[in-house]
Amino acid sequence: MRSLRSLAIAGTAAAVLALTACGGGGELSDDDAAEQPTADTSATFEAGTKMAEISEAGTITIGTKFDQPGFGEANLENIPEGFDVDVAEYIAAALGVEPDSITWVPSPSAQREDLIVNGDVDLVVATYTINDARKERITFAGPYYVAGQQIMTAADNTVITGPEDLAANPDQKICSVTGSTPAENIRQYLADPSQLVEFAGYSDCAAQLESGQVQAVTTDNVILTGLVAQSDGAFKLVGEQFTEEPYGIGITKGDTAFCEFINETLQTMSDDGAYEEAWNATAGQYEGTEVPTLPTADACA
Amino acid sequence: MGPVIDNIDLYASGFLRSLTLAAWAAVGSLVLGLFLAVCRVSPVPVLRGFGTAYVTLLRNTPLVIVLFFFVFGVPTLGINASNYTLAVCGLIVYTASFVCEAVRSGIATVPSGQAEAARAIGLPFGMTLTQVILPQAMRAVVPPVGNVIIAMIKNSAVAGAMGVGGDLFSVYARLASAQGLPRLPVITGMAIGYMILALTAALILALLERRMAVAR
Repeated sequence: MRSLRSLAIAGTAAAVLALTACGGGGELSDDDAAEQPTADTSATFEAGTKMAEISEAGTITIGTKFDQPGFGEANLENIPEGFDVDVAEYIAAALGVEPDSITWVPSPSAQREDLIVNGDVDLVVATYTINDARKERITFAGPYYVAGQQIMTAADNTVITGPEDLAANPDQKICSVTGSTPAENIRQYLADPSQLVEFAGYSDCAAQLESGQVQAVTTDNVILTGLVAQSDGAFKLVGEQFTEEPYGIGITKGDTAFCEFINETLQTMSDDGAYEEAWNATAGQYEGTEVPTLPTADACA
Repeated sequence: MGPVIDNIDLYASGFLRSLTLAAWAAVGSLVLGLFLAVCRVSPVPVLRGFGTAYVTLLRNTPLVIVLFFFVFGVPTLGINASNYTLAVCGLIVYTASFVCEAVRSGIATVPSGQAEAARAIGLPFGMTLTQVILPQAMRAVVPPVGNVIIAMIKNSAVAGAMGVGGDLFSVYARLASAQGLPRLPVITGMAIGYMILALTAALILALLERRMAVAR
Protein backbone atom coordinates (compact mmCIF):
# COMPACT_ATOMS: atom_id res chain seq x y z
CA MET A 1 0.00 0.00 0.00
CA ARG A 2 2.83 2.31 0.94
CA SER A 3 4.65 1.80 -2.34
CA LEU A 4 1.37 2.20 -4.18
CA ARG A 5 0.78 5.53 -2.55
CA SER A 6 4.25 6.89 -3.23
CA LEU A 7 3.85 5.75 -6.80
CA ALA A 8 0.55 7.59 -6.97
CA ILE A 9 2.16 10.75 -5.61
CA ALA A 10 4.95 10.46 -8.15
CA GLY A 11 2.31 9.92 -10.81
CA THR A 12 0.39 13.03 -9.80
CA ALA A 13 3.56 15.09 -9.75
CA ALA A 14 4.55 13.85 -13.17
CA ALA A 15 1.07 14.41 -14.51
CA VAL A 16 1.13 17.97 -13.22
CA LEU A 17 4.56 18.41 -14.76
CA ALA A 18 3.40 16.98 -18.04
CA LEU A 19 0.36 19.28 -18.00
CA THR A 20 2.27 22.42 -17.17
CA ALA A 21 5.38 21.73 -19.20
CA CYS A 22 3.42 21.40 -22.43
CA GLY A 23 6.14 21.31 -25.02
CA GLY A 24 8.60 22.78 -22.55
CA GLY A 25 11.04 20.09 -21.45
CA GLY A 26 13.84 18.35 -23.21
CA GLU A 27 16.28 21.24 -23.21
CA LEU A 28 19.32 20.60 -25.30
CA SER A 29 22.56 21.38 -23.55
CA ASP A 30 24.93 23.80 -25.24
CA ASP A 31 27.92 21.45 -25.04
CA ASP A 32 26.27 18.99 -27.37
CA ALA A 33 24.99 21.49 -29.92
CA ALA A 34 26.38 20.93 -33.37
CA GLU A 35 29.11 23.28 -34.47
CA GLN A 36 27.65 26.24 -36.29
CA PRO A 37 28.33 25.99 -39.99
CA THR A 38 30.58 28.67 -41.45
CA ALA A 39 29.13 30.64 -44.30
CA ASP A 40 30.54 29.89 -47.73
CA THR A 41 31.12 33.48 -48.81
CA SER A 42 32.89 32.42 -51.99
CA ALA A 43 29.69 30.90 -53.38
CA THR A 44 28.44 32.55 -56.55
CA PHE A 45 25.12 32.00 -58.24
CA GLU A 46 23.57 32.71 -61.60
CA ALA A 47 22.06 36.18 -61.59
CA GLY A 48 18.32 36.37 -61.15
CA THR A 49 17.97 33.19 -59.10
CA LYS A 50 16.67 33.06 -55.54
CA MET A 51 20.13 31.86 -54.45
CA ALA A 52 21.83 34.92 -55.94
CA GLU A 53 19.26 37.20 -54.33
CA ILE A 54 19.81 35.70 -50.85
CA SER A 55 23.57 35.48 -51.28
CA GLU A 56 23.85 39.15 -52.24
CA ALA A 57 21.59 40.32 -49.42
CA GLY A 58 23.54 38.21 -46.93
CA THR A 59 20.35 37.59 -44.97
CA ILE A 60 17.61 34.99 -45.12
CA THR A 61 14.21 34.55 -43.47
CA ILE A 62 13.39 30.99 -42.44
CA GLY A 63 10.19 29.58 -40.98
CA THR A 64 10.44 26.83 -38.38
CA LYS A 65 8.54 25.45 -35.40
CA PHE A 66 9.17 27.15 -32.07
CA ASP A 67 7.48 24.46 -29.98
CA GLN A 68 8.73 21.13 -31.29
CA PRO A 69 11.36 19.60 -28.98
CA GLY A 70 14.30 18.16 -30.91
CA PHE A 71 13.36 19.81 -34.22
CA GLY A 72 12.56 23.44 -33.64
CA GLU A 73 12.07 24.69 -30.09
CA ALA A 74 12.76 28.25 -28.96
CA ASN A 75 15.34 28.64 -26.21
CA LEU A 76 15.18 31.27 -23.48
CA GLU A 77 16.46 33.92 -25.91
CA ASN A 78 13.62 32.94 -28.27
CA ILE A 79 16.09 31.51 -30.80
CA PRO A 80 14.91 28.12 -32.09
CA GLU A 81 17.12 25.06 -31.68
CA GLY A 82 16.83 21.58 -33.12
CA PHE A 83 17.35 19.39 -36.14
CA ASP A 84 15.23 21.51 -38.50
CA VAL A 85 17.16 24.58 -37.39
CA ASP A 86 20.53 22.91 -38.02
CA VAL A 87 19.45 21.79 -41.49
CA ALA A 88 18.24 25.31 -42.25
CA GLU A 89 21.48 26.84 -40.99
CA TYR A 90 23.48 24.50 -43.20
CA ILE A 91 21.50 25.57 -46.26
CA ALA A 92 21.89 29.23 -45.28
CA ALA A 93 25.64 28.75 -44.91
CA ALA A 94 25.83 27.23 -48.39
CA LEU A 95 24.19 30.44 -49.64
CA GLY A 96 26.80 32.53 -47.85
CA VAL A 97 24.56 33.60 -44.95
CA GLU A 98 25.98 33.54 -41.42
CA PRO A 99 23.77 31.85 -38.75
CA ASP A 100 23.52 35.23 -36.98
CA SER A 101 22.03 36.81 -40.09
CA ILE A 102 19.08 34.41 -40.21
CA THR A 103 15.66 35.78 -39.25
CA TRP A 104 13.58 33.01 -37.68
CA VAL A 105 9.81 33.09 -38.10
CA PRO A 106 7.58 30.84 -35.96
CA SER A 107 5.63 28.62 -38.37
CA PRO A 108 2.72 26.74 -36.78
CA SER A 109 1.38 23.89 -38.90
CA ALA A 110 -1.69 25.77 -40.13
CA GLN A 111 0.24 28.84 -41.34
CA ARG A 112 3.13 27.32 -43.24
CA GLU A 113 1.74 27.49 -46.78
CA ASP A 114 0.54 31.06 -46.27
CA LEU A 115 3.97 32.19 -45.05
CA ILE A 116 5.55 30.88 -48.25
CA VAL A 117 2.83 32.07 -50.64
CA ASN A 118 2.83 35.57 -49.13
CA GLY A 119 6.61 35.75 -49.41
CA ASP A 120 7.07 36.26 -45.66
CA VAL A 121 9.80 33.62 -45.59
CA ASP A 122 12.39 32.32 -48.08
CA LEU A 123 11.97 28.73 -46.95
CA VAL A 124 10.17 26.66 -44.32
CA VAL A 125 11.87 23.86 -42.41
CA ALA A 126 9.23 22.91 -39.86
CA THR A 127 8.45 19.16 -39.50
CA TYR A 128 6.65 19.75 -42.77
CA THR A 129 5.10 16.58 -44.21
CA ILE A 130 5.18 16.40 -48.00
CA ASN A 131 1.71 15.73 -49.41
CA ASP A 132 -0.21 16.41 -52.59
CA ALA A 133 -2.64 18.91 -51.10
CA ARG A 134 0.24 21.13 -50.01
CA LYS A 135 2.05 20.72 -53.35
CA GLU A 136 -0.86 22.59 -54.92
CA ARG A 137 0.38 25.81 -53.32
CA ILE A 138 4.11 25.35 -52.74
CA THR A 139 7.10 23.30 -53.86
CA PHE A 140 8.93 20.88 -51.59
CA ALA A 141 12.67 20.24 -51.64
CA GLY A 142 13.90 17.11 -49.90
CA PRO A 143 12.73 15.06 -48.04
CA TYR A 144 15.47 15.38 -45.46
CA TYR A 145 13.86 13.12 -42.86
CA VAL A 146 11.12 10.51 -42.75
CA ALA A 147 9.01 10.62 -39.59
CA GLY A 148 6.26 8.13 -38.86
CA GLN A 149 3.56 7.20 -36.41
CA GLN A 150 4.85 5.19 -33.49
CA ILE A 151 3.72 3.97 -30.07
CA MET A 152 4.86 5.08 -26.63
CA THR A 153 4.26 3.00 -23.50
CA ALA A 154 5.28 3.04 -19.87
CA ALA A 155 8.91 1.94 -19.46
CA ASP A 156 7.87 -1.32 -17.74
CA ASN A 157 5.25 -2.32 -20.34
CA THR A 158 6.12 -5.66 -21.97
CA VAL A 159 2.71 -6.38 -23.54
CA ILE A 160 2.70 -3.82 -26.35
CA THR A 161 5.60 -4.02 -28.77
CA GLY A 162 3.79 -2.64 -31.82
CA PRO A 163 0.36 -1.72 -33.17
CA GLU A 164 -0.47 -5.39 -33.85
CA ASP A 165 -0.46 -6.18 -30.14
CA LEU A 166 -3.50 -3.94 -29.55
CA ALA A 167 -5.97 -6.29 -31.24
CA ALA A 168 -4.60 -9.27 -29.33
CA ASN A 169 -4.93 -7.42 -25.98
CA PRO A 170 -8.36 -5.75 -25.88
CA ASP A 171 -7.77 -4.64 -22.28
CA GLN A 172 -4.96 -2.34 -23.41
CA LYS A 173 -6.05 1.23 -24.14
CA ILE A 174 -4.28 3.70 -26.39
CA CYS A 175 -4.51 7.49 -26.28
CA SER A 176 -4.24 10.04 -29.07
CA VAL A 177 -5.46 13.54 -29.81
CA THR A 178 -9.14 14.01 -30.64
CA GLY A 179 -9.73 14.23 -34.37
CA SER A 180 -6.07 13.79 -35.36
CA THR A 181 -4.81 11.71 -38.29
CA PRO A 182 -2.84 9.36 -35.98
CA ALA A 183 -6.05 8.67 -34.03
CA GLU A 184 -7.81 7.66 -37.25
CA ASN A 185 -4.82 5.57 -38.39
CA ILE A 186 -4.74 3.50 -35.21
CA ARG A 187 -8.43 2.48 -35.40
CA GLN A 188 -7.74 -0.32 -37.88
CA TYR A 189 -5.41 -2.00 -35.35
CA LEU A 190 -8.01 -2.13 -32.55
CA ALA A 191 -10.15 -5.07 -31.50
CA ASP A 192 -12.73 -2.70 -29.99
CA PRO A 193 -13.33 1.04 -30.64
CA SER A 194 -13.35 1.72 -26.90
CA GLN A 195 -9.63 0.90 -26.83
CA LEU A 196 -9.01 4.36 -28.28
CA VAL A 197 -9.09 7.16 -25.72
CA GLU A 198 -9.03 10.69 -27.14
CA PHE A 199 -7.99 13.90 -25.43
CA ALA A 200 -7.40 17.46 -26.56
CA GLY A 201 -3.60 17.40 -26.24
CA TYR A 202 -0.65 15.04 -26.04
CA SER A 203 0.21 16.19 -22.52
CA ASP A 204 -3.25 14.91 -21.45
CA CYS A 205 -2.41 11.56 -23.03
CA ALA A 206 0.91 11.52 -21.18
CA ALA A 207 -0.91 12.17 -17.89
CA GLN A 208 -3.31 9.32 -18.66
CA LEU A 209 -0.40 7.02 -19.41
CA GLU A 210 1.30 8.08 -16.19
CA SER A 211 -1.81 7.27 -14.10
CA GLY A 212 -2.42 3.94 -15.83
CA GLN A 213 -5.73 4.94 -17.46
CA VAL A 214 -4.20 4.08 -20.83
CA GLN A 215 -1.32 1.73 -21.62
CA ALA A 216 -0.04 3.47 -24.74
CA VAL A 217 0.02 6.76 -26.63
CA THR A 218 0.36 7.07 -30.38
CA THR A 219 1.28 9.86 -32.78
CA ASP A 220 4.30 10.89 -34.89
CA ASN A 221 7.59 9.66 -33.42
CA VAL A 222 8.82 13.26 -33.39
CA ILE A 223 6.21 14.32 -30.83
CA LEU A 224 6.60 11.11 -28.83
CA THR A 225 10.37 11.50 -28.49
CA GLY A 226 9.72 14.90 -26.92
CA LEU A 227 7.31 13.32 -24.42
CA VAL A 228 9.75 10.50 -23.66
CA ALA A 229 12.43 13.11 -23.02
CA GLN A 230 10.17 14.95 -20.56
CA SER A 231 9.13 11.77 -18.74
CA ASP A 232 12.46 11.20 -17.01
CA GLY A 233 12.60 7.52 -17.97
CA ALA A 234 8.95 6.70 -17.22
CA PHE A 235 8.01 6.26 -20.90
CA LYS A 236 9.63 4.52 -23.86
CA LEU A 237 9.07 4.17 -27.59
CA VAL A 238 8.20 0.69 -28.83
CA GLY A 239 8.13 -0.97 -32.23
CA GLU A 240 8.76 0.44 -35.65
CA GLN A 241 7.20 3.47 -37.30
CA PHE A 242 4.10 2.18 -39.10
CA THR A 243 3.34 5.20 -41.30
CA GLU A 244 5.63 7.40 -43.40
CA GLU A 245 5.67 11.16 -43.06
CA PRO A 246 8.47 12.53 -45.27
CA TYR A 247 9.57 15.98 -44.09
CA GLY A 248 10.37 18.43 -46.86
CA ILE A 249 11.57 22.01 -47.13
CA GLY A 250 8.87 24.34 -48.38
CA ILE A 251 9.74 27.00 -50.99
CA THR A 252 7.87 29.15 -53.49
CA LYS A 253 5.91 27.05 -55.96
CA GLY A 254 7.75 26.34 -59.15
CA ASP A 255 11.24 27.49 -58.09
CA THR A 256 12.97 24.41 -59.49
CA ALA A 257 16.48 25.91 -59.40
CA PHE A 258 16.23 26.66 -55.66
CA CYS A 259 14.73 23.22 -55.02
CA GLU A 260 17.62 21.52 -56.84
CA PHE A 261 20.14 23.65 -54.99
CA ILE A 262 18.63 22.61 -51.64
CA ASN A 263 18.63 18.94 -52.63
CA GLU A 264 22.32 19.17 -53.62
CA THR A 265 23.11 20.95 -50.36
CA LEU A 266 21.31 18.24 -48.36
CA GLN A 267 23.38 15.61 -50.18
CA THR A 268 26.58 17.49 -49.30
CA MET A 269 25.39 17.78 -45.72
CA SER A 270 24.94 14.02 -45.58
CA ASP A 271 28.28 13.31 -47.33
CA ASP A 272 30.41 15.51 -45.08
CA GLY A 273 28.87 14.11 -41.88
CA ALA A 274 27.15 17.35 -40.84
CA TYR A 275 23.73 15.68 -41.21
CA GLU A 276 24.53 12.92 -38.72
CA GLU A 277 26.29 15.37 -36.43
CA ALA A 278 23.25 17.67 -36.44
CA TRP A 279 20.94 14.77 -35.65
CA ASN A 280 23.07 13.55 -32.76
CA ALA A 281 23.23 17.05 -31.29
CA THR A 282 19.46 17.57 -31.43
CA ALA A 283 16.65 15.01 -31.82
CA GLY A 284 19.20 12.17 -31.55
CA GLN A 285 19.71 12.96 -27.87
CA TYR A 286 16.34 11.43 -27.04
CA GLU A 287 16.32 7.79 -26.12
CA GLY A 288 14.86 5.35 -28.63
CA THR A 289 15.79 7.40 -31.69
CA GLU A 290 18.09 6.11 -34.41
CA VAL A 291 20.40 8.11 -36.63
CA PRO A 292 18.49 8.54 -39.91
CA THR A 293 20.06 8.32 -43.32
CA LEU A 294 19.20 11.07 -45.78
CA PRO A 295 16.22 9.86 -47.85
CA THR A 296 16.47 10.02 -51.63
CA ALA A 297 15.32 13.42 -52.82
CA ASP A 298 12.08 13.69 -54.79
CA ALA A 299 12.23 15.18 -58.27
CA CYS A 300 11.91 18.96 -58.23
CA ALA A 301 8.74 20.03 -59.97
CA MET B 1 -26.76 18.53 -44.02
CA GLY B 2 -25.06 16.00 -46.31
CA PRO B 3 -22.24 15.12 -43.90
CA VAL B 4 -24.78 14.35 -41.16
CA ILE B 5 -26.90 12.09 -43.36
CA ASP B 6 -23.81 10.31 -44.72
CA ASN B 7 -22.61 9.57 -41.19
CA ILE B 8 -26.00 9.00 -39.59
CA ASP B 9 -24.88 5.64 -38.12
CA LEU B 10 -21.96 7.37 -36.39
CA TYR B 11 -24.33 10.01 -35.05
CA ALA B 12 -26.74 7.29 -33.89
CA SER B 13 -24.03 5.46 -31.95
CA GLY B 14 -22.85 8.76 -30.49
CA PHE B 15 -26.41 9.61 -29.51
CA LEU B 16 -26.86 6.27 -27.72
CA ARG B 17 -23.55 6.70 -25.90
CA SER B 18 -24.53 10.20 -24.74
CA LEU B 19 -27.99 8.94 -23.78
CA THR B 20 -26.65 6.17 -21.51
CA LEU B 21 -24.07 8.56 -20.06
CA ALA B 22 -26.78 11.09 -19.23
CA ALA B 23 -29.19 8.41 -17.98
CA TRP B 24 -26.69 6.95 -15.50
CA ALA B 25 -25.73 10.43 -14.36
CA ALA B 26 -29.42 11.40 -13.94
CA VAL B 27 -30.28 8.34 -11.84
CA GLY B 28 -27.12 8.70 -9.74
CA SER B 29 -27.50 12.42 -9.13
CA LEU B 30 -31.20 12.10 -8.19
CA VAL B 31 -30.42 9.41 -5.60
CA LEU B 32 -27.39 11.21 -4.19
CA GLY B 33 -29.15 14.60 -4.32
CA LEU B 34 -32.18 13.28 -2.42
CA PHE B 35 -29.91 11.77 0.23
CA LEU B 36 -28.06 15.07 0.58
CA ALA B 37 -31.33 16.99 0.91
CA VAL B 38 -32.45 14.63 3.67
CA CYS B 39 -29.10 15.23 5.37
CA ARG B 40 -29.55 18.99 5.17
CA VAL B 41 -32.99 18.97 6.83
CA SER B 42 -32.25 16.20 9.35
CA PRO B 43 -32.12 16.97 13.06
CA VAL B 44 -28.64 15.39 13.33
CA PRO B 45 -26.03 18.21 13.35
CA VAL B 46 -23.27 16.04 11.82
CA LEU B 47 -25.45 15.14 8.82
CA ARG B 48 -26.59 18.75 8.41
CA GLY B 49 -22.97 19.88 8.49
CA PHE B 50 -21.99 17.25 5.94
CA GLY B 51 -24.82 18.23 3.60
CA THR B 52 -24.00 21.92 3.83
CA ALA B 53 -20.28 21.36 3.34
CA TYR B 54 -20.89 19.11 0.32
CA VAL B 55 -23.18 21.58 -1.41
CA THR B 56 -20.88 24.51 -0.67
CA LEU B 57 -17.87 22.68 -2.06
CA LEU B 58 -19.36 21.11 -5.20
CA ARG B 59 -21.82 23.82 -6.21
CA ASN B 60 -19.02 26.37 -6.27
CA THR B 61 -16.52 24.31 -8.27
CA PRO B 62 -16.55 24.45 -12.08
CA LEU B 63 -17.71 21.20 -13.65
CA VAL B 64 -14.56 20.94 -15.77
CA ILE B 65 -12.45 20.92 -12.63
CA VAL B 66 -14.63 18.26 -11.00
CA LEU B 67 -14.26 16.11 -14.13
CA PHE B 68 -10.51 16.77 -14.25
CA PHE B 69 -10.30 15.65 -10.65
CA PHE B 70 -12.04 12.37 -11.46
CA VAL B 71 -10.42 11.59 -14.82
CA PHE B 72 -6.86 12.73 -14.04
CA GLY B 73 -6.69 12.83 -10.24
CA VAL B 74 -8.52 9.74 -9.00
CA PRO B 75 -6.47 7.26 -11.11
CA THR B 76 -3.24 8.56 -9.55
CA LEU B 77 -4.60 7.33 -6.20
CA GLY B 78 -4.44 3.82 -7.61
CA ILE B 79 -8.18 3.64 -8.45
CA ASN B 80 -8.35 2.71 -12.13
CA ALA B 81 -11.84 2.68 -13.62
CA SER B 82 -12.71 3.46 -17.22
CA ASN B 83 -12.84 7.15 -18.15
CA TYR B 84 -16.54 6.62 -18.85
CA THR B 85 -17.24 5.47 -15.28
CA LEU B 86 -15.10 8.26 -13.86
CA ALA B 87 -16.85 10.89 -15.97
CA VAL B 88 -20.29 9.58 -14.89
CA CYS B 89 -19.13 9.77 -11.25
CA GLY B 90 -17.95 13.34 -11.80
CA LEU B 91 -21.29 14.35 -13.33
CA ILE B 92 -23.21 12.68 -10.48
CA VAL B 93 -21.14 14.28 -7.75
CA TYR B 94 -21.45 17.71 -9.33
CA THR B 95 -25.15 17.57 -10.29
CA ALA B 96 -26.21 16.08 -6.93
CA SER B 97 -25.41 19.36 -5.18
CA PHE B 98 -27.93 21.16 -7.41
CA VAL B 99 -30.53 18.38 -7.05
CA CYS B 100 -30.09 18.63 -3.27
CA GLU B 101 -30.89 22.34 -3.26
CA ALA B 102 -33.87 21.89 -5.59
CA VAL B 103 -35.31 19.18 -3.34
CA ARG B 104 -34.68 21.31 -0.26
CA SER B 105 -36.53 24.19 -1.86
CA GLY B 106 -39.46 21.79 -2.39
CA ILE B 107 -39.34 20.71 1.24
CA ALA B 108 -39.50 24.37 2.23
CA THR B 109 -42.82 24.75 0.38
CA VAL B 110 -44.51 22.31 2.77
CA PRO B 111 -46.01 24.37 5.62
CA SER B 112 -44.20 23.77 8.91
CA GLY B 113 -47.57 22.90 10.45
CA GLN B 114 -47.43 19.62 8.52
CA ALA B 115 -44.20 18.56 10.20
CA GLU B 116 -45.46 19.76 13.57
CA ALA B 117 -48.66 17.79 13.17
CA ALA B 118 -46.71 14.69 12.21
CA ARG B 119 -44.49 15.06 15.27
CA ALA B 120 -47.58 15.68 17.42
CA ILE B 121 -49.06 12.31 16.46
CA GLY B 122 -45.73 10.71 17.40
CA LEU B 123 -44.12 10.03 14.01
CA PRO B 124 -40.31 9.80 14.16
CA PHE B 125 -38.17 11.97 11.78
CA GLY B 126 -37.85 9.26 9.14
CA MET B 127 -41.59 8.67 8.90
CA THR B 128 -42.40 12.38 9.07
CA LEU B 129 -40.16 12.83 6.05
CA THR B 130 -41.22 9.83 3.96
CA GLN B 131 -44.93 9.79 4.82
CA VAL B 132 -45.77 13.46 5.22
CA ILE B 133 -43.19 15.94 3.94
CA LEU B 134 -41.61 14.38 0.84
CA PRO B 135 -44.85 13.28 -0.88
CA GLN B 136 -46.07 16.87 -0.70
CA ALA B 137 -42.65 18.34 -1.52
CA MET B 138 -42.20 16.22 -4.67
CA ARG B 139 -44.92 18.12 -6.50
CA ALA B 140 -43.06 21.37 -6.05
CA VAL B 141 -39.72 19.72 -6.76
CA VAL B 142 -40.42 18.44 -10.28
CA PRO B 143 -39.88 21.70 -12.22
CA PRO B 144 -36.62 22.81 -10.52
CA VAL B 145 -35.17 19.27 -10.58
CA GLY B 146 -36.15 19.11 -14.24
CA ASN B 147 -34.08 22.22 -14.88
CA VAL B 148 -31.12 20.65 -13.14
CA ILE B 149 -31.39 17.42 -15.13
CA ILE B 150 -31.67 19.24 -18.45
CA ALA B 151 -28.64 21.34 -17.55
CA MET B 152 -26.82 18.11 -16.69
CA ILE B 153 -27.64 16.56 -20.07
CA LYS B 154 -26.04 19.55 -21.76
CA ASN B 155 -23.13 19.47 -19.32
CA SER B 156 -22.49 15.86 -20.32
CA ALA B 157 -20.94 17.25 -23.53
CA VAL B 158 -18.03 18.38 -21.36
CA ALA B 159 -17.48 14.75 -20.38
CA GLY B 160 -17.03 14.05 -24.09
CA ALA B 161 -13.78 16.01 -23.98
CA MET B 162 -12.57 13.84 -21.09
CA GLY B 163 -11.61 10.76 -23.04
CA VAL B 164 -15.04 9.11 -22.71
CA GLY B 165 -15.06 8.33 -26.40
CA GLY B 166 -17.87 7.52 -28.80
CA ASP B 167 -20.31 10.16 -27.56
CA LEU B 168 -21.90 12.90 -29.66
CA PHE B 169 -19.15 15.37 -28.86
CA SER B 170 -16.37 13.06 -30.09
CA VAL B 171 -18.38 12.34 -33.24
CA TYR B 172 -17.96 16.02 -34.03
CA ALA B 173 -14.19 15.88 -33.50
CA ARG B 174 -13.90 12.81 -35.69
CA LEU B 175 -15.90 14.16 -38.59
CA ALA B 176 -14.79 17.80 -38.55
CA SER B 177 -11.11 17.52 -37.56
CA ALA B 178 -9.97 14.10 -38.71
CA GLN B 179 -12.07 13.72 -41.84
CA GLY B 180 -12.12 17.42 -42.62
CA LEU B 181 -15.87 17.64 -43.28
CA PRO B 182 -17.44 21.11 -43.24
CA ARG B 183 -17.88 22.12 -39.64
CA LEU B 184 -21.21 23.92 -39.72
CA PRO B 185 -23.41 20.93 -40.66
CA VAL B 186 -21.38 18.62 -38.40
CA ILE B 187 -21.88 20.93 -35.40
CA THR B 188 -25.56 21.39 -36.28
CA GLY B 189 -26.01 17.61 -36.31
CA MET B 190 -24.40 17.36 -32.88
CA ALA B 191 -26.63 20.17 -31.55
CA ILE B 192 -29.74 18.40 -32.85
CA GLY B 193 -28.62 15.24 -31.05
CA TYR B 194 -28.34 17.04 -27.71
CA MET B 195 -31.61 18.83 -28.35
CA ILE B 196 -33.42 15.52 -28.83
CA LEU B 197 -31.95 14.31 -25.53
CA ALA B 198 -32.96 17.45 -23.62
CA LEU B 199 -36.43 17.64 -25.19
CA THR B 200 -37.11 14.00 -24.34
CA ALA B 201 -36.17 14.70 -20.75
CA ALA B 202 -38.42 17.78 -20.73
CA LEU B 203 -41.31 15.70 -22.11
CA ILE B 204 -40.93 13.05 -19.42
CA LEU B 205 -40.85 15.77 -16.77
CA ALA B 206 -43.99 17.42 -18.14
CA LEU B 207 -45.83 14.09 -17.94
CA LEU B 208 -44.56 13.60 -14.41
CA GLU B 209 -45.69 17.06 -13.42
CA ARG B 210 -49.19 16.45 -14.75
CA ARG B 211 -49.49 13.15 -12.93
CA MET B 212 -48.32 14.63 -9.66
CA ALA B 213 -50.55 17.65 -9.87
CA VAL B 214 -53.11 17.61 -7.10
CA ALA B 215 -55.86 20.12 -6.69
CA ARG B 216 -55.25 21.98 -3.48
